Amino acid sequence: MSEFFAMDGYAIFLWPAYLVTLIAILANVVLARRAHDEAKHEARRRLAVEDEGNSP
Amino acid sequence: MNWTWFHRLGSPPHIYRIAGTLTPWFAWPAGLLIVAALYSGLVLAPPDYQQGEGFRILYVHAPSAWLAVMIYGVMASAAAVGLIWRMKVAHAVAASCAGVGAWFTVVSLVTGMLWGKPMWGTYWVWDPRLTAQLILLFLYLGYMGLRAGIDDLGRADRASAVLAIVGVINIPIIRYSVEWWNSIHQAPSVMKMDRPSMPFDMLAPLLMMLLGFTLYFAAVLLVRLRAEILRRERTASWIREVLR
Repeated sequence: MSEFFAMDGYAIFLWPAYLVTLIAILANVVLARRAHDEAKHEARRRLAVEDEGNSP
Repeated sequence: MNWTWFHRLGSPPHIYRIAGTLTPWFAWPAGLLIVAALYSGLVLAPPDYQQGEGFRILYVHAPSAWLAVMIYGVMASAAAVGLIWRMKVAHAVAASCAGVGAWFTVVSLVTGMLWGKPMWGTYWVWDPRLTAQLILLFLYLGYMGLRAGIDDLGRADRASAVLAIVGVINIPIIRYSVEWWNSIHQAPSVMKMDRPSMPFDMLAPLLMMLLGFTLYFAAVLLVRLRAEILRRERTASWIREVLR
């Protein structure tokens, strides 16, 4: 197992490369979802303001 | 000929709903492919006869470099469609691409540096391929900066579309840099007009990664596109229905 993680001496280059890629993959999922949630939230807020304006 | 499909393609509510339905169909296969490729790339594939275990950086470097370039192609194409046919949804697609593309350009540069150090003896050289990829990052950042700097959405769409289209010239430069100039970077092993120069058990994880990353991008793009459409169409009555 430790042999696997040592990667024949390339561990200090290989694992950071995989880590950076993993971070980018996860970050883009989180950022995309957050953007969608924020857009929905903002749209709801606008609709609420619009409704208030229309009621007597 | 029936043109309904074309008009639907430009209809924000339609695209918003379709995007929501399609997202899991891209996301799940992408996740499974990437996990399977991780296992086969790190465990099953044999070490390289020259680079030993170090070649395995390939499995994150090549797919992220592919995404960086492919996303730019999608962004510029969508921008062109938006500019020519004045299709708002196309501009929304282009705007949704930039951030993801910039991320993966950075990943391709960083993983490339981490691969270059042990194999070439240096993290960075001002080599044609590396320089062209760095310019790609600046194109993405310039595109996002330009959009952020223009308040009027229509003007931001048009100006950034022109920038995206002009920047396309960098794509063949990235692709052929390793052939046109004496590059330290290796020539393509897979994406070429010949048989891939790799044994199958080395190649299979790479192909799975490439497909997995592509599907992953499709899923992320769809979510970003939904956000972008909502932001643009805030007062449209259809939003009231979909947000209920």
